[in-house]
Amino acid sequence: MKLVDHFKHGLTSPICLTWELTYACNLACVHCLSSSGRRDPRELDTAECRAVIDELQRMQVFYVNIGGGEPTVRADFFDLVDYAVDHQVGVKFSTNGVRITPERARRLASGDYVDVQISLDGATAEVNDAVRGRGSYATALRAMDNLAAAGFGEFKVNVVMTRHNICQLDEFASLADYYGAQLRLTRMRPSGRGADTWEELHPRPDDQLRLYDWLVAHGEKVLTGDSFFHLNALGETSLPGLNLCGAGRVVCLIDPVGDVYACPFAIHEQFLAGNVRDGGFAAVWRESELFGRLRAPQSGGACASCSAYDACQGGCMAAKFFTGLPLDGPDPECVKGHGAAALATADRAGAPRPTRDHSHTGPVRGRPVVLGMPTTRPLPADRLCDESPLAGTGPR
Amino acid sequence: MTTFDPDLPHRCSPSVALRPEPFGALAYHFGTRRLSFLKTPELVELVTALGDHTDVRTALAASPVPRAQHGAYLAALAGLLEAGTIEPADPSSTSDGAAR
Repeated sequence: MKLVDHFKHGLTSPICLTWELTYACNLACVHCLSSSGRRDPRELDTAECRAVIDELQRMQVFYVNIGGGEPTVRADFFDLVDYAVDHQVGVKFSTNGVRITPERARRLASGDYVDVQISLDGATAEVNDAVRGRGSYATALRAMDNLAAAGFGEFKVNVVMTRHNICQLDEFASLADYYGAQLRLTRMRPSGRGADTWEELHPRPDDQLRLYDWLVAHGEKVLTGDSFFHLNALGETSLPGLNLCGAGRVVCLIDPVGDVYACPFAIHEQFLAGNVRDGGFAAVWRESELFGRLRAPQSGGACASCSAYDACQGGCMAAKFFTGLPLDGPDPECVKGHGAAALATADRAGAPRPTRDHSHTGPVRGRPVVLGMPTTRPLPADRLCDESPLAGTGPR
Repeated sequence: MTTFDPDLPHRCSPSVALRPEPFGALAYHFGTRRLSFLKTPELVELVTALGDHTDVRTALAASPVPRAQHGAYLAALAGLLEAGTIEPADPSSTSDGAAR
């Protein structure tokens, strides 16, 4: 059996575990995959987080990707990072940079097992702040300045690819080079608040082709979290990576209240496998009925007869789910155009909504507005069809 | 780049942890954060035992790996050396196979 087939059947422990420590965030990014903003009163406390780390050590989960929300706003954040590293669980954490002071950067640089990933969704303040909020570009660059000055070495710069920043790929690469950082590009999913902005932000077919060509030319140097395998059918060259949906097989998410989901982009009851408070994480990973189903052989469904199926594997489960498409059909961004056709007839208004919403309800300093939109973005319409299909598509 | 010389002693890097998996093992290097896959149980056994032998060829001969596959296993070990999963060992620190 090939290695990738073993992965399809699931491993003893996850390879890539995302752990979101809090739903609290100082920002209000319009595409936030976890609809973060306000802390959840039921979030795991310090002792519970340490118990999770103890279990990850026993399961030999060698590293976790910590995120949020903005994880560094937790008062015990850096203590938990130290605790994880002391227990052979390496940490990469994602941050908007708000707490990466010069002093903190020096402390991070002094250790070996902590990696830092700064989120940046535009190579210019104009493009970034329209999605992440006013001032967020300056915050991210200040954090990068501090890390570089502290001699941290190769931190990561993570970019969620949208139709507005794909034309900036070379600038992102230059920026990363300037800081001695490594560029990581990931796919925008219609998850969390991303469901409300996906129509306006997700790459169009021309953008996808541009991204694919760029990745083929520069793929060795950049990380992608294997998130673009749905683009493989665009050409002869497969993008580096597993070409596999890892949800529940090699990937999963522990959310701030201890719920375990099949993947970070699938925060919905349908992908909820269990909770670490009920008997621990290992029991959920190894015994959950949902994960058992995800590890069973999958049929290609409506895609099985497509010549591109071997290349794209039907794409991303979460992207289909939150756009109202069946899970055994094409990805909404199918490069053969089958997704666009399916979307045209799908019940978009009836698409599942994220189960949890921790979005800020009050004012947020610098709250972003989607490019081309008026400066006060109205609350999302109750139903997608209530909103003008032309909203947000104007010239920027 | 280090050249792989199977006539010299090697060992599993002390910075590497092996996690048993159905296919073999997952190897994680805490220093480089690099993940490698040992794709057969025999390769896991061989990597674990490397440090107990005077050189790689002796380790391979003592392992249950069939002769016909020795070439493939040497190639796999060369890849693991490049990944840092295994490393050259100090000759004085290894004993012969009897010390296992």
